[in-house]
Amino acid sequence: MQYKMKLTPEEEGILNGSQGEVMAKVMKSLVLYGDAFGAERFVPVVGKGHLVTSFGLSVLQPVFKIMDELIGAGLKVEETFTVDPRPIDYANVKCNPIEKLIFSKIMYGAQAPYEAQLRKLGLKGDDAFTCASYLDEVDNVPKKGDVLSWAESSAVVFANSVLGARCNRNSGIIELFGSILGKVPEFDLLTDEGRKAKWIVEVKTTKKPEAQILGSAIGMKVMEDVPYVKGLDAWIGTELNEATKGYLKDFGAATASNGAVGLYHIENLTPEAVELGDALIRDDAKTYVIDDAELERVRKSYPNIWKNPNANPERVFIGCPHLTFTQLGEWAARFEAELKKQGKSKVALNVVMTSPVPVIEHFKKDNKAAYDKLLSYGIKLTSICPLMYMNNPLCGKKAVITNSNKLRTYTTARYFTDDEITAIAVKGGF
Amino acid sequence: MSKVFKGRPVVAGKINGKEAVVSHAGVNTLASFQKSALKKAKQVICSDQNNPDLYQKNLTDKVICLPKTIGSTTGGMVLYSVCAMGIAPCAMLFSEPIDSLAAAGVILSDVWVDGRTIVAVDGLGDDFLAYVKDGMKITVDEDGTVTVD
Repeated sequence: MQYKMKLTPEEEGILNGSQGEVMAKVMKSLVLYGDAFGAERFVPVVGKGHLVTSFGLSVLQPVFKIMDELIGAGLKVEETFTVDPRPIDYANVKCNPIEKLIFSKIMYGAQAPYEAQLRKLGLKGDDAFTCASYLDEVDNVPKKGDVLSWAESSAVVFANSVLGARCNRNSGIIELFGSILGKVPEFDLLTDEGRKAKWIVEVKTTKKPEAQILGSAIGMKVMEDVPYVKGLDAWIGTELNEATKGYLKDFGAATASNGAVGLYHIENLTPEAVELGDALIRDDAKTYVIDDAELERVRKSYPNIWKNPNANPERVFIGCPHLTFTQLGEWAARFEAELKKQGKSKVALNVVMTSPVPVIEHFKKDNKAAYDKLLSYGIKLTSICPLMYMNNPLCGKKAVITNSNKLRTYTTARYFTDDEITAIAVKGGF
Repeated sequence: MSKVFKGRPVVAGKINGKEAVVSHAGVNTLASFQKSALKKAKQVICSDQNNPDLYQKNLTDKVICLPKTIGSTTGGMVLYSVCAMGIAPCAMLFSEPIDSLAAAGVILSDVWVDGRTIVAVDGLGDDFLAYVKDGMKITVDEDGTVTVD
């Protein structure tokens, strides 16, 4: 094959089959990928991988076929990897028999064999299923400057922006190939130039912007470009504490799903913005001003595509991406206050909160009072991916509400703010 | 009357007189393809509610003309899968430089799917996207030359 990347003799050997035919195809895919973006060389990956494909969706036979080829060739990720959440948890996310039948026999019938494939390829452990792999409890936290071979748009944007790691928005399968090779082609967000901002976003709101709507607005405007956000620190502070990280997690997921943002800088807050300031902004950067009216415009653009647009909500999903330890505590306090306000002891809707298994265990152990409160309110905790749940055609027809712009984007779920969701869930309707 | 545009072939191939489907916004691959793929449908009907240009249009064996793709990082894997299933667009023509998810999808299809591919040309420019309309016939040459009739 013809290629432009400069390969070492070892890399060239792999391409020519020194490590077998399958590894040569892995290398060919990565070289073509690098060539498409003008990468000159491979750079070593640091630490564990993170895969986006966690679901044994029967229709993904082509993906399973690649996995089988890799396993058959004895290939695996030596550093191990985490992976996105599992799709189903019947104990905490109740389904009727027909929904179960569709999940187990038609949609995710290949879940068990697929997880067996993941284990053979280097899955970190049975609790390694989460989109928020970068949380301390999950133990896949990159350091500033680490080069990653990750997918999952919300994890990539968090690792780049909040942790200062370096990762492109890799697709599923490509991220696995990079982790197996232990190298990725160097381009775009792996380079200093690629991390410079093409947009200045000026936040001029009169109150703290909803993270999900702000991220949505920026994603829709800048698409895949890097934004440098000014004025947000006035609302969320200049300290990267747990509360701020939770806000940025949700903000980033919205920028990545409503657009294709892989990295953002927040003035006076995120590590590279603190270190380099305006030097991160390109000379030709465009400006986008966000005020209250702009956020309102963006929110009003979200369509209501429920089967019955006037239906009463049935189910509430909170936590896409997965909630942090601190966010679980915040939700417990939010529901406690709303229940008191409405004079109730339990929520009136089926409320499901999603968080990684190790975070739920941490929450249960170190904030037992809040954990017990959530359960006593009738709220379920699970580690599934709500998006995968909503992919069931029967579940997708339900009137689901969510505080996640990402879930809204990919499903029929309707978006409401944290406060609105809480009030609706307690009241049992609008 | 035809108009010729020149881009860079990311996955080179020859396409003769196939029908264009045009999106002026970034195409969210997962949101567009997932519903039909899940149903194992014989054709992909775009299910992305946020893309009025493509929503509910048939994308199988069409030439998708777009700025780039956006959204979930399953995007490349989804493109590869629909290619292997035989329901992919026959070509993707990008007005802008190709994005990492689309590039992964067309490259994985090229390397790992036997007998099928998604031809991809990028950098065709804003003029291309302003000119091409749904239903126009598209011819693509191996060198990235795109002829719109």
